[in-house]
Amino acid sequence: MNMQMRIDPTGDETAQGGLAPWRGFQGGDWQRGVDVRDFIQKNVTPYDGDQDFLAEVTPRTEKLWAELKDVLKAERDNGGVLAVDSSRVSTIVSHGPGYIDKDLEQIVGLQTDAPLKRAVMPFGGWRMVKSGLDAYGLKGEDWFGTVFPGIRKTHNDGVFDVYTPEMLKCRKSGIITGLPDAYGRGRIIGDYRRVALYGIDRLIEVKNAERASLEVSAFDESVMRLREELAEQIKALKELAKMGKSYGFDLTRPAMNAREAMQWLYLAYLAAVKEANGAAMSLGRVSSFLDIYIERDLDEGTLDETEVQELYDHFVMKLRIVRFLRTPEYDQLFSGDPTWVTESIGGMGIDGRTLVTRSSFRILHTLTTLGPAPEPNLTVLWSERLPQGFKDFCADVSIRTSSIQYESDDLMRPYWGDDYGIACCVSAMRIGKQMQFFGARANLAKTLLYAINGGRDEKSGDQVGPTYAPVAGDVLDYDDVVAKLLPMMDWLAKVYVGALNSIHYCHDKYFYERIEMALHDRDILRTMACGIAGLSVAADSLSAIKYAKVKVIRDDKGLAHDFEIEGEWPAFGNNDDRVDSLAVWLVETFMTAIRKQQTYRNSMPTQSVLTITSNVVYGKKTGNTPDGRRAGQPFAPGANPMHGRDAKGPIASMASVAKLPYAHAQDGISYTFTIVPSALGAANDERIANLTGLLDGYFDQGGHHINVNVFDRETLIDAMDHPELYPQLTIRVSGYAVNFIKLTREQQLDVISRTFHGLH
Amino acid sequence: MAYIDQPEDGDLGTTGPEVKPVTAKSAEPVIDPAGLPPDEDSSSAPPVVARPRVDSSLRTATRKATGVRAVRPAIKGFIHSTEIGGAVDGPGVRYVLFLSGCMLRCAFCHNPDTWHMHEGKPTNSRDVLKDISAYGKFLAHTHGGVTLSGGEPLVQTDFTAAILRGCKEMGLHTALDTAGFLGAHADDYLLADVDLFLLDIKAFTEATYHDLTGVALEPTLQFARRLAAMGKPVWLRYVLVPGLTDKFDEINGLADFARDLGNIERVDVLPFHKMGEFKWSVTNVPYRLGATEPPTFELTEEVRNVFRARGLLAP
Repeated sequence: MNMQMRIDPTGDETAQGGLAPWRGFQGGDWQRGVDVRDFIQKNVTPYDGDQDFLAEVTPRTEKLWAELKDVLKAERDNGGVLAVDSSRVSTIVSHGPGYIDKDLEQIVGLQTDAPLKRAVMPFGGWRMVKSGLDAYGLKGEDWFGTVFPGIRKTHNDGVFDVYTPEMLKCRKSGIITGLPDAYGRGRIIGDYRRVALYGIDRLIEVKNAERASLEVSAFDESVMRLREELAEQIKALKELAKMGKSYGFDLTRPAMNAREAMQWLYLAYLAAVKEANGAAMSLGRVSSFLDIYIERDLDEGTLDETEVQELYDHFVMKLRIVRFLRTPEYDQLFSGDPTWVTESIGGMGIDGRTLVTRSSFRILHTLTTLGPAPEPNLTVLWSERLPQGFKDFCADVSIRTSSIQYESDDLMRPYWGDDYGIACCVSAMRIGKQMQFFGARANLAKTLLYAINGGRDEKSGDQVGPTYAPVAGDVLDYDDVVAKLLPMMDWLAKVYVGALNSIHYCHDKYFYERIEMALHDRDILRTMACGIAGLSVAADSLSAIKYAKVKVIRDDKGLAHDFEIEGEWPAFGNNDDRVDSLAVWLVETFMTAIRKQQTYRNSMPTQSVLTITSNVVYGKKTGNTPDGRRAGQPFAPGANPMHGRDAKGPIASMASVAKLPYAHAQDGISYTFTIVPSALGAANDERIANLTGLLDGYFDQGGHHINVNVFDRETLIDAMDHPELYPQLTIRVSGYAVNFIKLTREQQLDVISRTFHGLH
Repeated sequence: MAYIDQPEDGDLGTTGPEVKPVTAKSAEPVIDPAGLPPDEDSSSAPPVVARPRVDSSLRTATRKATGVRAVRPAIKGFIHSTEIGGAVDGPGVRYVLFLSGCMLRCAFCHNPDTWHMHEGKPTNSRDVLKDISAYGKFLAHTHGGVTLSGGEPLVQTDFTAAILRGCKEMGLHTALDTAGFLGAHADDYLLADVDLFLLDIKAFTEATYHDLTGVALEPTLQFARRLAAMGKPVWLRYVLVPGLTDKFDEINGLADFARDLGNIERVDVLPFHKMGEFKWSVTNVPYRLGATEPPTFELTEEVRNVFRARGLLAP
């Protein structure tokens, strides 16, 4: 079917009335079915030059950004939340159009009727909303108490109806933490590009056909569920069209030009963040897609480089002000006020061409035009074969802003093809074809202590795990500890995956992400994304037990509550195989235990080595460990070596992390790297060359992800004392960026205590 | 592909990747990535430096130089520490090996814990080279290499020479960070294996130099002239200490000297810092510069300008 035939050539909605939306594009499979990847492959213009073409910021952008900065300051001054609209439940069409400054904005659309005013999204859990309102001194309207929980059950209520007592105990002790059982799970990326390329009418047509394909004789639970879901998806698409109309746009038809493509795409994303308050609401891989429209407009002479940059700046401003109503406890767990609007940039096509375009530069350039910021979470898909000009530009921006994370495209492409995006921090998924069931993480260091203590919690003394024999004797024996750890890991995997099954069963039922899933295929790959925390603590503990003498100190209840180490032992992070192999073993062994479990909706089990900043909270909940770490002391973030133990410099530290097997951690392995500028080289060009070299070297060794921070410890200490001087100081922590001054003091101190790679 | 199945004579610095260890003397269960036979004995026999070989094309095609056995038996030595990933001791990202032992007692020393050779960690050239070989690709990606620093690497001349030889066999860029006082101890074979010298000239009159370091200046100047005669690239380093090395007549003299040498690729004027002060407590030597503040940026730039005025690169 030729799409162009169906466009009314006399349509007068746009100045380009009469032009066909796909004019000038090379046709292909993407015209016959929904296939954005094919469209990109057929039409993308790879760019292998440098950044010299980039335009300066426009006065209009400066003015708008200045206005928005005032609102952002008011939000900070108001304790982190500016305003909440508690008068209604947020839906795609709950609010009329909202603007920052209608005359200036080139890309429009807000979650509510005013910038930074937060909406109420109660279906993940009404308690979270209520305590959020209470915490900020806001009273919910009367209707709220009437509807919740009496009339309408939420995801959170459902999960707690399903949880077993054992799951509750594990949740309480903190051996499993951060579970998305009280809020939106997130980590689903709608293919927002589809709305721009096809228009909503066509997408509804396809969804209707998908629904019709389920008029089958074996009318079982899975068929009925999917039919109901598809019906919801279609309703959501119709609501999106209605929301677009309120802003004056006809989203039912394809976008006619770059400006419309960006606007269509953004409104589709906006619909998602009006409907779902997922922990991570990632954007996908949009910049090189949009570049195709931009190249056409540049050719047609309807747009110039300054205007293109302006569009990107205004788009990115919108992504910077996505907000959800959270509780202070939530912010403590995740630090700051994160939304993980992750955009994946660059990478290589499977045909060997790069997917870097001029727009890859433009979206990174917003860190200069607007200054650094934690959102959107700009993620460069790195390949050794990326054009050198782009590598150098990324390194330069990293050194100046510390706002980019890098992930190995060479490692992920064989798994996920060349049209995947990163959800949240490190989770790769094929856009529109895959989603994950976000699973937070299990605490491996605590699991080791449970093994030593026969399933009793080292802090409370409660019997949380199974009553296995505790370690006898006064000195830990490596073989004995490992023999006890294995069944404890098997037990934990069972309880953990059980809890995740409960969560995602209820989430699908009570808080289904209609618009995000409407922008997916009918049949998708689902992953059950488990995770581990405390990897380096557990590996170092095993190393101390194996290579030194670790004595057990027991309290009056017979609990091993402290340890005494005699002798030397190798620590993770020094490229020493004796201990690195233990970390690898832990990753593989726990993944093996997870793979034994039955997962909800036949999802594919995966795991991540990622903690975000909850490494602080995990540390708090974990007693003294056999590696000498004191009770309460934070874990290292993600897969990082413990603070100060990677004594041989950055390359040795990277080499250890790069050994962790992606095959057994397909949800990602996060590493945070912080270096003082002077240690990277004397002059800027040296620093750029050395940083690109470090990235090439790290990924060549098999590294998956790296956060790059370049700044002095003194800067951070000064920012703690004078936050007003550093409103935009952004640092990267374990998979995402955060505004440093929004961290709790405890987290700030943790960041400062982490290993800085500096001068001898 | 034709493989050579057996390791050949003892002088051969390389073996094929599929050759398994002949004997396993080492108690450590570490797998030797290069599959090398361990050294027979590293005690008394004089070191054999690998002779330059005439490579047959077959050999170069099927065998990778590993360099780990470049010098056999391995040379014992003492090291203070390693920093893998340093980016300020030579070009690119570097494997920096800090050897222990130094004759100088510089007032501003920030590594006084490297003064005494025997306080370092005992090791040998084979183990050091094995560790370096693990980072070969990484160092190549960053256009970096290996820097021997200290302490003073020329205190342990044989050890230093063995490591340099191995690095060159691995095809790595080498840099030697030295004060030059013991330059006469290094033979031309050693110098031939160094791609870049980081030469510290701490002062430019005998009096200041002696006051600052406790030794004479002249051997360093002789060494600098020898390197110039050999046409070896040198990065000159000068630590700027207010009140001690900020005399402009001396700095002018040094800059003239550097210009006339003709092989100075760059001059690093390093502002004095006190980050090593805490290490002095273990030396039983009083730290003289407790009250000295780091130089201002303006002063540092002024000193750099002295060198720049003579056409020298001073970033």
